[in-house]
Amino acid sequence: MKKLLKYFSDYKKEVVLGPAFKLLEALFELFVPFVVAYIIDIAIKHSDKKSAVILSVALALLGIIGFVFSVTAQYFAAKASVGFASKLRSALFSHIQKFSFEQLDRLGTPTLLTRMTSDVNQIQTGVNLSLRLLLRSPFVVFGAAIMALVISPRISLIFLGVIVALSIVVFGIMLVTMPMHKSVQSKLDGLTLASKENLVGVRVIRAFCKEKSERDDFDLMNEAFVSAQKRMAGVSSLTGPITQVIVNLGVILLVHKGAISVNVGLLTQGSLIALYNYMSQILVELVKLANLIVTISKSLACASRISSVLDISPENTHGDETLSCDGASVSFENVSFKYEGASEYSISNVSFNAEAGQTVGILGGTGDGKSTLVNLIPRFYNATDGRILINGIDVQALSPESLRDSVGFVFQRATLFSGTVRDNLTLGNPNATEEDLLDALKLAQAYDFITEKGGLDAVVEQEGRNFSGGQKQRLTIARALAKKPKILIFDDSSSALDYLTESKLRKALSSLPYSATRFIVSQRASSVMTADLIVVLEDGEVVGCGNHTELMKSCDAYREIYESQFGKEESK
Amino acid sequence: MKDKKTLRLVLSYVSRHGIALFLLILFSLASALATLFIPIFVGDAIDSIIDVGDVNFALVKDALEVILLLALAVGVSQWLTSFIGNRITFLVVRDIRRDAFSKLQVLPLSYLDSHRHGDIVSRIISDAEQFADGLLMSFTQLFTGVTTIIGTFVFMLLLNVKITVAVVVLTPLSLLLTSFITRFTYSMFKEQSEARAEITSNVDELVVNQKLVRGFNYEVRAEAKFNKSNDRLTKASTRAIFYSSLVNPSTRVINNIIYAVVALLGALTVIGGGMTIGGLTCFLSYASQFAKPFNEISGVFGELQNSLACACRLFEMIHEKEIEENGTLDTFVTEGKVEFDKVDFSYNPNKPLITDLSLKVNPGMRVAIVGPTGCGKTTLINLIMRFYDLNDGSISFDGVDISTLTRQSLRSNIGMVLQDTWIKNGTVRENISLGNENATLDEVITAAKSAHAHNFIKRLPQGYDTVISNDSGDLSQGQRQLLCISRIMLTNPDVLILDEATSSIDTRTEMKIQDAFSKLMKGKTSFIVAHRLSTIKEADLILVMRDGSVIEQGTHNELINKGGFYATLYNSQMPFNEEE
Repeated sequence: MKKLLKYFSDYKKEVVLGPAFKLLEALFELFVPFVVAYIIDIAIKHSDKKSAVILSVALALLGIIGFVFSVTAQYFAAKASVGFASKLRSALFSHIQKFSFEQLDRLGTPTLLTRMTSDVNQIQTGVNLSLRLLLRSPFVVFGAAIMALVISPRISLIFLGVIVALSIVVFGIMLVTMPMHKSVQSKLDGLTLASKENLVGVRVIRAFCKEKSERDDFDLMNEAFVSAQKRMAGVSSLTGPITQVIVNLGVILLVHKGAISVNVGLLTQGSLIALYNYMSQILVELVKLANLIVTISKSLACASRISSVLDISPENTHGDETLSCDGASVSFENVSFKYEGASEYSISNVSFNAEAGQTVGILGGTGDGKSTLVNLIPRFYNATDGRILINGIDVQALSPESLRDSVGFVFQRATLFSGTVRDNLTLGNPNATEEDLLDALKLAQAYDFITEKGGLDAVVEQEGRNFSGGQKQRLTIARALAKKPKILIFDDSSSALDYLTESKLRKALSSLPYSATRFIVSQRASSVMTADLIVVLEDGEVVGCGNHTELMKSCDAYREIYESQFGKEESK
Repeated sequence: MKDKKTLRLVLSYVSRHGIALFLLILFSLASALATLFIPIFVGDAIDSIIDVGDVNFALVKDALEVILLLALAVGVSQWLTSFIGNRITFLVVRDIRRDAFSKLQVLPLSYLDSHRHGDIVSRIISDAEQFADGLLMSFTQLFTGVTTIIGTFVFMLLLNVKITVAVVVLTPLSLLLTSFITRFTYSMFKEQSEARAEITSNVDELVVNQKLVRGFNYEVRAEAKFNKSNDRLTKASTRAIFYSSLVNPSTRVINNIIYAVVALLGALTVIGGGMTIGGLTCFLSYASQFAKPFNEISGVFGELQNSLACACRLFEMIHEKEIEENGTLDTFVTEGKVEFDKVDFSYNPNKPLITDLSLKVNPGMRVAIVGPTGCGKTTLINLIMRFYDLNDGSISFDGVDISTLTRQSLRSNIGMVLQDTWIKNGTVRENISLGNENATLDEVITAAKSAHAHNFIKRLPQGYDTVISNDSGDLSQGQRQLLCISRIMLTNPDVLILDEATSSIDTRTEMKIQDAFSKLMKGKTSFIVAHRLSTIKEADLILVMRDGSVIEQGTHNELINKGGFYATLYNSQMPFNEEE
């Protein structure tokens, strides 16, 4: 968790000055009981009105100077805590961007979202309060004890006892509540997940009339969250009352001992009152400290959760070779892949060779591993066994930037970012010209509807909600084309298109104005039949490899797929 | 005023816990009063400790015994106050959260489709938490604070009227300052809240779509985008936190001045013989305690402002207009005769989508809807399911206008599978039995088998008990579709709607599923949206849509012979016409 401290590095000045000014303020506060003792022992004892006035003015001045220091401290604390949180959030974000996809699958996005939002907020609050109070409160506590020592060494033992007893209570309770806080947080995560899931599935839930059972499920989780909260509060709310009792016991002892000391002349009445005031100050500060500890323990729990995310070192291995030649041949050599924790291989022993500029069709049924296969090319996942070579270079040896610059991937699920159409199209190539973008739109059969929507600067809402499924798909195709990559991968990316549009698209893609090796993943024979090479997958294994004519002769699986789509009589 | 309304709503939730609230107030009164009595007895004790040889030990002992009792009373009542305060807060927030979530179930889709999901989630989760913090602070500190102020005032009056007047004249300064600062910071907290919602949406988008981000080497720009909203939040937070944290020092400085005034006036009074030194000690400790509740209450107001802003966002959602249920017929079983009569509909009043659409479907028919992307196919389904309501015209089942049915009774007649699959976080079995919770495992397996999902399910790590969720990448799109189809196989719908339900499933499997559907829907009506025309060739009626209206209808052969738009569509998909 110490690693988090480095995010303070830009705020060293604030981190030092904030507490420093708070300490100055506290110092002035510690003088107050002293001045009051003088008022009693000097001004009142000798009926000296003039010194009463002077001492009172001194009291007021102590307050005013303290105020100036305090405001300064608040400013530094606010700046440092917010700045720290901001740096931390930013660091988390860039760290998450370095995780491999296996790691992202393992951690889960909802967890990461909570880390970046509410956890960071909680830490910000904790840091802010800590800068203001963490040093100040103990300083006042020990300052008061030292003042007591100066006034009466014997009585200061009571102060020592009180402080020790209080510390045991305060820190003991903190230790007990820390793990409880973790359980509360994880239950809150559950609620977040449930709300999100409900929103995404609203149509299905309503179609099945599941509103009530959704509500019931949520209620159960909500209830569990509340009982965890109650359990934690049951312990943490003991802090205040117990400290209160301890300090009052201290006062009782103090007055008792004080009475004896005054009686024998070891103490004046004014000094006894000063001691009493110091004891009150200790109480006030310890109550603050107790509240602070609750906040800090929450924040520490959040900090350790965040720090455990930052501690996971990204598993991505980085090569540094770059692809330079124009074309890109792609070959698979005995490639197998298994998802983490899965019992079976998703694809096994896949080998084929695609020349630069060729079109490769990957055909197969649901769950046959088509998608997995193409995900290995840009190294979204790393092959478990075997090698994938681009222009003879193992993809492992390539730098991720160079590799992904060369690959244009069109995903199965068409996702757009909120912003404008232009923002989305320039995703892969920020330097693309207006003409490039319009060309890409035309090739992807998206030009017409985009013109209708207002052109390149048309707004794309969150998740592209203002576009239909088919429109989104065409935009994601245009987005990949705008990169002009050496390798284009279409991962079942025309499933939402009608045949007319798809066939136009296919024609456009077969005559790209630049050379690219194309991978087309599909379940439709019609989408891949004109390809130079068709790889037929079944259950993760290659059952056929060749062009349409060859496969119709030699591959039963291919023929069956073809016939299921076009009918027997038409396939002659 | 918005704030007042929010406050009233909050109170309506709090008032459900009347007895607890009463006890809370009672115990906070007790703890405040007991705390106030302690200085009086300390003062008494000090007055008995005057000088060397001038100490009355009996009186000191009496006073100390009372202090002990009071201290214990303070401890117990304070603990009860915070125990009850916590409890009420948790329950109130639980209720509000529950209401918010329940509200999600009855909000019209037009609302949910047009609001960022991240924003809605942030209301239910983080706004509710922020609100809880503020409420808890109010409970534990507001009543105690008020009691302390009043009690201190009364006790001070008893001690010395003149000094009390001075204190009371000066105190409003502190109140004025507090209210000025809280009013000044309200908009800053609102800005902070909005900036937080923005960053949540951004993180959501960019983290969930990491593949897209990496695949397009977008990392650096994603970070820039993120940092921009991070900077906005940083700016807003710094302002909100700094200005609101001025409340404490400001009230403290005023209270320190009051303390000095009391010391001066008190000293002069004692010199004049109007008060004892113990009395002055007691007065001084009151003057310092008088400061504390103002500090606390101002703190509470600061937090309350913030938390009311959060509550306001929650209530805005809770009080959003919900679906109007005008239908009254709640048991209805259709024969499957579906009629559209002059239906008009658009999502946006300025852009008409479906105009004057009429059609008639007889029981037992398989109706296919085809047409170019964006022609309104999915909208038709939104209307049949009553996800959206018509602008004009009517849709009827067996001659009964569906707007006279409750949505629940309408929907329980219909089985629907959408292209965008949704998996509930839970086991495979729970997911399949979504439409029929009482289904036995055998029934679930039979359903999965007829949807051809059994083969991949049995290969999952725990078979039917494997936990799956919508966000996990364990299942392919096609497998997800098979699961969704299994759900329908378990229900026995009178009307079936398939909206590109098999788009990611290979055609061999699809053909087998079609057979299962035919068996399931024998004599019943089904609507199929598909662009794979081979899928729908066998349909009894094909509706060809373009730009929101049906331009052709008939059977496959009729439409092909007609040589119209459908024929063009169909030919375009046939491989042999490809090169024409």
